[in-house]
Amino acid sequence: MKYVFQFGIVWDHLPQLLAGAWLTIRLSLGAFALGFVIAMLLAFLRTAGPRPFRAGIGAYVEFIRNTPFLVQLFIIYFSLPAIGIRFEATTAALLGMSLNFSGYATEIVRSGIEAVPRSQIEAGYSLGFTRLQIFRHIIVFPALRTVYPALASQFVLLMLGSSIVAAISAEELTAITNTLQSTTFRAFEFYFVATGLYLLMAVGARLLLHAIYWAVFERARPGEWGWSR
Amino acid sequence: MPLLALSSIHKRYGSNLVLNDVSLDVETGEVVAVIGRSGSGKTTLLRCINGLETVDEGSIVFDGKPLPPGGSELRELRRHIGIVFQSLNLFPHHSVERNITLGPTTTNKLPLLEARKIALDVLREVDLEDKLHAYPSQLSGGQQQRVAIARALAMRPRLMLFDEITSALDPELVGEVVKVLERLATSGMTMVLVTHEMGFARRTADTLVFMHHGRVWEKGPPRELFAAPKTPELESFVRAVLEPND
Ligand SMILES: Nc1ncnc2c1ncn2[C@@H]1O[C@H](COP(=O)(O)OP(=O)(O)OP(=O)(O)O)[C@@H](O)[C@H]1O
Ligand SMILES: [Mg+2]
Repeated sequence: MKYVFQFGIVWDHLPQLLAGAWLTIRLSLGAFALGFVIAMLLAFLRTAGPRPFRAGIGAYVEFIRNTPFLVQLFIIYFSLPAIGIRFEATTAALLGMSLNFSGYATEIVRSGIEAVPRSQIEAGYSLGFTRLQIFRHIIVFPALRTVYPALASQFVLLMLGSSIVAAISAEELTAITNTLQSTTFRAFEFYFVATGLYLLMAVGARLLLHAIYWAVFERARPGEWGWSR
Repeated sequence: MPLLALSSIHKRYGSNLVLNDVSLDVETGEVVAVIGRSGSGKTTLLRCINGLETVDEGSIVFDGKPLPPGGSELRELRRHIGIVFQSLNLFPHHSVERNITLGPTTTNKLPLLEARKIALDVLREVDLEDKLHAYPSQLSGGQQQRVAIARALAMRPRLMLFDEITSALDPELVGEVVKVLERLATSGMTMVLVTHEMGFARRTADTLVFMHHGRVWEKGPPRELFAAPKTPELESFVRAVLEPND
C-alpha cells in the first residue's frame, strides 16, 4: 500500500481551516470571559452567601464536573428546544462551554478564596467593611494569584475541549476539518495540520497567559509577598 | 460616662468558660493595659469589644450605646474602634498608602485625595512617611506593625485596641513600636492594650488589669499592682515575667 502525501490540497483549503481556528479562539475566549464572571459570582456566594445559595451552587458545580461535556452540550442544543428554548449551534456551543468552564473555575477560585488567612478577613471587618468589600479589596487579588496556574491550565483544557462542539456542528476547527477531510479523502493531511494548529494555539495561549501573570501579579506588585501568620 | 463599659461579660467556647463575669470601664483618654497568662482570655476580651466575637451574657456599651449584634450598625461602630493584631496582617497586595487609604475611602466614604493626606499624616505619626509607596513585604516586622497602627489611626478611631502587637517581633524591633504606642498614649488616645512589656505597662498605663482564668483578677494603678500584688496569682505572674529564668 502506498499513500502519497498531498499537503497541497490542505493549502488550498487553508482559509477555511483558519476561519475554523478563529472560531475556536473566539469561542474559547468568550467562554472564558463568561464562565469566569459566573465563577467569580458563584465562588463569592459559595463562600460568603446565604446558606441555601451555598448548597445550590455546590450542586451545580458537582453536576457540571460529574457529567460529560458532550451530554451537557446535547441538553442545551437538542433538549432545550423541546421546551421551546432554541439556540444556533455557535451560541449553544458558547453557552455550553461557558457553563462547563464556570463549574470547574468556581471550584478553583473557591480554593483560592479559602487560602486567604482568616486574619486578613478580620482586618477587613475591623475596618468596617461589608462582605462584598472584603471580597473585592482583600480576597480577590491574592486568591486569583494563588490559583492562576490552575485557571490557566483550565483555559487550555477549555480550548482543546472545544473540539467537542463539532458534534453539534458549530463550525470551529474540528468541524471544518471533519468536513474537509471527508470531501477530499485526505484524512491524514487535514488532521495533521489541524493538530498543528491546536498545538500552536495552546502553546500561544500558555505564553500569553504567562505574560499576563507577569504583568498583573509581579510587575504591578513588587516583592516576594505572601501572608505572614 | 465611660467611653467603654463592659458589665458582667461571659463568653464560652463550647463548655470552656473563657470570659467569666468581666466588668471594666474605660474612660475617654484612659490607657488600660491588660496582662495575664496565656489562655487567660485577653485576646477574646478584645475581640468581643469590636464585635469579632459575640458574648453569651453581659453587655458592652460604647459611647452610651450597646454594641449592635451585626449588620450596618456594627460596621458603623467599628469605624470608631481601631484594632491591631498580634499577627502581621497588612494586605500584601496593596502598597502602604493603599493599605491606609482603603478604610477611609471604603468605610468613611472619603475622597481619595483626602484619604491620601490622612495617610501621610498617620505615617508621620509612626515615623514611616518614607514608606508610603512600599509594599508590606519590603518592610520589617516592626515597620509592618507601625503601618498597621497607622492604618487603624487613619479611620480616626475613638478607641484603639492592641493585642500583643510586639510579641511576634524580633527583640530589637520592639522598641520602635513601643515608642509609637507611648506617643499615642501621651496624645490622649483611649487605648486598651494587651501586652507582655511590663516596663511599658508600668510607665504608660493608667490602669492595669490582670486577667486570670477568664476573670479580672486584679485591677488598679500599675505601680501599686506591681509593688504590692494582692493575690498570689498576680504575685507569681509578676515574678515570672520579671525573672523569666526562674
Ligand atoms: N476560636 C476559639 N475556639 C475555641 N476556643 C478558643 C477559641 N479562641 C480561644 N479559645 C480558647 O479560649 C481561651 C482564651 O484564649 P485567648 O486567646 O483569649 O487567650 P489569651 O489570654 O489571649 O492567650 P495568649 O496570651 O496565649 O494570647 C483559651 O483556652 C483558648 O484555647
Ligand atoms: Mg492572645
